[in-house]
Amino acid sequence: MSYETVIGLEVHVELGTRTKIFCGCEVAFGAAPNSRVCPVCLGSPGVLPVLNEQALALGIRAALALNCQVRRSSKFDRKNYFYPDSPKAYQISQYDEPIGEHGHIDIVVDGQTRRIGITRVHLEEDAGKLTHSPFGDTSSVDLNRVGVPLIEIVSEPDIRTPEEARLYLEELKAIMQYCEVSECKMEEGSLRCDANISLRPVGASALGTKTEIKNMNSFRNVLRGLEYEQQRQADLLRSGEVIVQQTLRFDDATAKTIVMRSKEDAHDYRYFPDPDLPRIELSESYIAQRLAEIPELPANIRARFEQDYGLPAYDAGVLTASKALSMFFDQTARLVKDPKAASNWIMGDLLAYLKEDGKEIEGLTMQPKQLAGLIGLIDDGTISTKIAKTVLRDMVSSGRDAPTIIAEQGLVQISDEGELRAIAQRVIAANPKSVADYMAGKEKAIGSLVGQVMKETKGKANPQVVNRLMAELLSSK
Amino acid sequence: MDFYGGIKRLQEGLASGEWTASDLVGHSLATIETYDAQVKAFLRLDGEGASSKVARVGNNGCAPETYESHETVHPTRSPLAGIPYALKDNLCVTGMETTCASQILRGYIPPYSATVVERLERSGGVLMGKLNLDEFAMGSSTENSSYFVTRNPWDLSRVPGGSSGGSAAAVAAGMVPYTLGSDTGGSIRQPAAFCGVVGLKPTYGLVSRYGLVAFASSLDQVGPLTHSVEDAATVLQVIAGFDERDSTSVKVDIPDYTAALTGDIRGLRVGIPMEYFDTGMEEGVRRSVEQAIATLRELGAQIKEISLPMTRYALSAYYLIAPAEASSNLARYDGVRYGYRATDPANLLDMYKKTRSEGFGPEVKRRILIGTYALSSGYYDAYYKRAQQVRTLIARDFAAAFAEVDVIVSPTTPTTAFAIGEKTDPLTMYLNDIYTIPVNLAGLPAISVPCGLVDGLPVGLQMIGRSFDESTLLKTAHAYEQAAGFSSLRPTLVKEVR
Repeated sequence: MSYETVIGLEVHVELGTRTKIFCGCEVAFGAAPNSRVCPVCLGSPGVLPVLNEQALALGIRAALALNCQVRRSSKFDRKNYFYPDSPKAYQISQYDEPIGEHGHIDIVVDGQTRRIGITRVHLEEDAGKLTHSPFGDTSSVDLNRVGVPLIEIVSEPDIRTPEEARLYLEELKAIMQYCEVSECKMEEGSLRCDANISLRPVGASALGTKTEIKNMNSFRNVLRGLEYEQQRQADLLRSGEVIVQQTLRFDDATAKTIVMRSKEDAHDYRYFPDPDLPRIELSESYIAQRLAEIPELPANIRARFEQDYGLPAYDAGVLTASKALSMFFDQTARLVKDPKAASNWIMGDLLAYLKEDGKEIEGLTMQPKQLAGLIGLIDDGTISTKIAKTVLRDMVSSGRDAPTIIAEQGLVQISDEGELRAIAQRVIAANPKSVADYMAGKEKAIGSLVGQVMKETKGKANPQVVNRLMAELLSSK
Repeated sequence: MDFYGGIKRLQEGLASGEWTASDLVGHSLATIETYDAQVKAFLRLDGEGASSKVARVGNNGCAPETYESHETVHPTRSPLAGIPYALKDNLCVTGMETTCASQILRGYIPPYSATVVERLERSGGVLMGKLNLDEFAMGSSTENSSYFVTRNPWDLSRVPGGSSGGSAAAVAAGMVPYTLGSDTGGSIRQPAAFCGVVGLKPTYGLVSRYGLVAFASSLDQVGPLTHSVEDAATVLQVIAGFDERDSTSVKVDIPDYTAALTGDIRGLRVGIPMEYFDTGMEEGVRRSVEQAIATLRELGAQIKEISLPMTRYALSAYYLIAPAEASSNLARYDGVRYGYRATDPANLLDMYKKTRSEGFGPEVKRRILIGTYALSSGYYDAYYKRAQQVRTLIARDFAAAFAEVDVIVSPTTPTTAFAIGEKTDPLTMYLNDIYTIPVNLAGLPAISVPCGLVDGLPVGLQMIGRSFDESTLLKTAHAYEQAAGFSSLRPTLVKEVR
């Protein structure tokens, strides 16, 4: 029997606020343990939470960017559980009235657009971090992360393959980054993903028994974890066994899922409205402001790049990997004759040089109009493509204009036919063997002769002109 | 000199040089020395802290430092500068042990001060120490303190009421001119009634809860216990007002409360809720309250019978909502970060179980269990949610009544102070708060003022006001107090020693 896979993702995204969600402590990754805490986030007796307005604004912005309906009125609830990572023994979250509901993300799978529903987006506070001694005798608690604002984004069970799950995550991450809601650094935990996965016979409508996988801390591991679990469940079903509903942990080293707890151990979180926090009441204009903060999103930009600039889908995908990169390309493309040329320069040489320098596109001093200027100099024959690479290398490091570099290093292309003809004749005279080869029908030998001309001119000769002249001179022999 | 004459008299003495702030601290310490071995109101005394505070505020209570810092709060010299006070031990003070009378918080030193404490400190108040209470403010007799029982200065064999029993007894015995307590279901008003002092529970949201160790967050409110209504108004003036650290505190203009104390309540409409007089009230309490109503009529108030039909459900609703919130609020006492931790636990779960089993007393455990049950999956709708709906109906009852009257009057408690050890059944104990609980559920302000003595024990008269209309409430209470002459009563104990 063949099975269909059903996947739903629960993604936690850390909001990029300066301070925590219910107190004034600064949010900082990698700070010394328990150095970013105060009585409020430590849950000292008698303290009270006060909602960080920026966290609310970013949460609403994210919900809107994910096409959610935003509630005019919502509330915070307490999720009660005992664990040392939770100093109040409850997490302030949202239970039955999340800020956003009924959203979706579109992903493109094999050229087809698939719409993945988003059940809900809600605000909550993060918990602390526990470190267990390898000897099993002590556990240390770091509460710096307690109270860091999060949104939890719950998808509908609309995802059908592990690859779709990866695409959904990539798109979600891009949207959050474009909106400046979060940096979404999975390695720092500012984006975390849990997955629910079940299998059912193809054609069945009822869902099979699901398992939940936690601790997949990279996009690659999400893919690996889901692929492993998909196979594990399929094997069990094919051998006539049943799936047990349980929570699993993905183990990076063995690439397997390991049982954390079964359904019988499920908590009763005893949710109830947090009496310390008033309801969140939003005006239409407040929501409209958040909507206005959302920039053009990557899906739209990709479509526009393909339509307006005639880029292949691949280029559009690479160039929208980040907001800064897409803006850099967009501005460059507007200033050049051939946007594809701009795409090639950016995807190829520019990204390579940035990598060499260990820089991000955000840290680039060179402006789009400078790159467009360089491409213009190639177009009008002032410099060769080869020379342009050298010039661009300098521009990325120094931020100087192309003409300055070209003038300083004397890199202007030689297109003067008289000058080039004289050099070509010298080269022909000095290389009788190559000439003889060419005459004998080895057409490739012309390349060696042209190369000699380029060498003589230190690469500045216009290669098209040299090619033409060389062909003329040889054929007239 | 003593503290029964009120805060204003003490200030006059400071201003005229009749006595100094040091004298006031000295008198407070001497009175505590004389009576507290019997009364046992104080959990912790801080004579040294009080002396150093006096050094800072100056002997006339208005050193430049106090005066200046106070200007930001009130334009004139603070009426509380140089005046001793004490706090219920569920209010946090930086560096001063705060236990909530629980073993689980033994040795806990807060890293910050409650907003109300900051305000009193900035006003030049002189903190004498921390007062006993029922553990985590759960109780009506202060017998639930895990340290010791506080006794009623009117009769040492009787309870002072609770949970702010230490706060009421300390004022009644003349140890400090005023104290702060907290009131979740009557915990300021009931002990005030039992000890013959004035106790004010402000409107929910008027006084910041930041730094008050939470029992039931949607019901808790901090308020003063004093010898007179005027003193209550004076203290309220300083502690009331919006606090950005408490999201449930409300931005309202704070009027001049003492200016409202005109003594004139002619034409004021006073409502008498029939339902409150139907229950098992002691005959002496009934007579005293009826007498008080007659006094109000003589003062020119219009007396009207009103109905608060939902009152009968108040106790049931309260004993679901308050324990539910408490079960969550008290979950943080797990032995991980501060306070008591059980020794040699086998594992994490064992540490939680042992710590909480050993650290909490029986009444606190009972309420945590009730509350946990009420919030459990499958029971939430039937209990917690339904109780919240009842709460809405109770608030509507009051709203309808306040369309017809300005103030509602009732007894504070059905009986006078009962004997220590008398009430062994929790339900009987809970019934003691039957008149005070509906007020917390509706978030309204209410005050208890002494209205007579029955068999040598004080009776309390409860007055309930409109939301944020403390002025009318205080005006009525003050007019009654002036006419009735039951304020500033010295308890039997104090008279005996004299």
